[in-house]
Amino acid sequence: MMSKIDQANQEAVQRMMQSRPVLVDIGRAKDVIPGMKENLFLHAGPPITWERMSGPLKGAIIGGLIYERMAKNAGEAEAAAAAGRVEFAPCHHYNAVGPMAGVITPSQAVFMIEDKQWGGFTYSNMNEGYGKVLRYGAYDDEVLRRLRWLDEVYAPVVKEALLLSGGIDIKTIIAQALHMGDDGHNRNRATTSLFIRAIASAIVETEYGKKRVYDTPRPDLTNICPFFKETRPAAAAEVLAFMHGNDLTALNAIMASCKSMALAAHGIEHSTLVTTMARNGTDFGIRVSSTGEKWFTAPANVPDGLYFSGFKSSDANRDIGDSVITETVGIGGFAMAAAPAIVSFIGGKPAAAFEATQEMYEITVAENTNFNIPALDFRGTPTGIDVRKVVEKGILPRINTGIAHREPGIGQVGAGIVLPPMECFIEALKELAR
Amino acid sequence: MGLETILHRELQIINLGLEGFAESLREKGAAVTHVRWQPPARGDENLLSLLDKLK
Repeated sequence: MMSKIDQANQEAVQRMMQSRPVLVDIGRAKDVIPGMKENLFLHAGPPITWERMSGPLKGAIIGGLIYERMAKNAGEAEAAAAAGRVEFAPCHHYNAVGPMAGVITPSQAVFMIEDKQWGGFTYSNMNEGYGKVLRYGAYDDEVLRRLRWLDEVYAPVVKEALLLSGGIDIKTIIAQALHMGDDGHNRNRATTSLFIRAIASAIVETEYGKKRVYDTPRPDLTNICPFFKETRPAAAAEVLAFMHGNDLTALNAIMASCKSMALAAHGIEHSTLVTTMARNGTDFGIRVSSTGEKWFTAPANVPDGLYFSGFKSSDANRDIGDSVITETVGIGGFAMAAAPAIVSFIGGKPAAAFEATQEMYEITVAENTNFNIPALDFRGTPTGIDVRKVVEKGILPRINTGIAHREPGIGQVGAGIVLPPMECFIEALKELAR
Repeated sequence: MGLETILHRELQIINLGLEGFAESLREKGAAVTHVRWQPPARGDENLLSLLDKLK
């Protein structure tokens, strides 16, 4: 007979797998996220003060303050943050998630994901692309101009398209993408392609998308579409070009969908399932289904991976971002066997991708009924991390991740693999045993 | 089966725990199946008693 803990874990993981997240709308953070306000900035990971923030998180906060016109330059922004003119809180406290620094400011546009099975909404911001971007701590004019265009042109077009199309079933996209070589975290070429397929016809039909003249400064997209040099493209063409030029276009909607699944498993009495893993660039934190909103934290590790030309491991910041919500629900590093090509981006050999997934079955309580891996005879991905199994077996969750420069203002420097600190799981175990 | 017989047959080796032993045998040309294993909770008595409570 199953123990009450095992029964609770099965209930939690079934709820996780039954969650049905659908991308239904886009809104401004302060208008649609309950509790969001003018002077509140959300960030990735567990709670942290300005003084303890890492370089990339400070960089994103500085950029956010300039973007929100609460500061004119980096110096003013740092002074404003240090003086407490803005409040900080984890995205997770507002049912939101953000990749890397994960900074969501009040006027930013956010995806709204509705759980059609269990009800409720989860949120994430728009993805800016690779390299020098706010979420990796960069904040120069190019970064801020791109953010402005995302909020003022891209988001309204995609919002209109979502309303026209009736929304996008993100869970189906993830399931299909695992059959096309994605892990849903670090490799999102297939999810993004499927996302574009699902929404392209509606984007072309939007009223905003037909505009060829608008006030917001346009990003340079001629490297993606050279014919833009000779023509003034319609906004719809620019939005589609931007999506095509960024393999991570679908990532943020996937993360918010994974948050929806994790949320469905949270709050089950006696359950020892992990329902949050997140990092703020200083600390790694987890939360567990039956221990409420309490965070179990420890210093985050530095990822091991491949670096872009001109950067090296000593440039790397500690692990950062909410994107580990993907591993929390059984994709990302847990579905590496579906994405052997990922090793060209994060290092290692394809066999290591298979080993990573195989090992994760040791610390999980279910095989996913929605996400499976063709090369493993369509076995469901390892899903539902049990704190007890992690501590007993000494096996830590495998996480695929991007690597941020440790100084503010620089951006992404590579990608790799990282493990959480065991202390988080030991502290959670102690609390569960009380 | 006598020791003489075993030593003159091709060995089927399974190595449990420390991978260094498997590597040494591989360097000698032996085929080894390595099983990753470590003591539960790395042998920590306190953690083992907590795990017992959470069965």
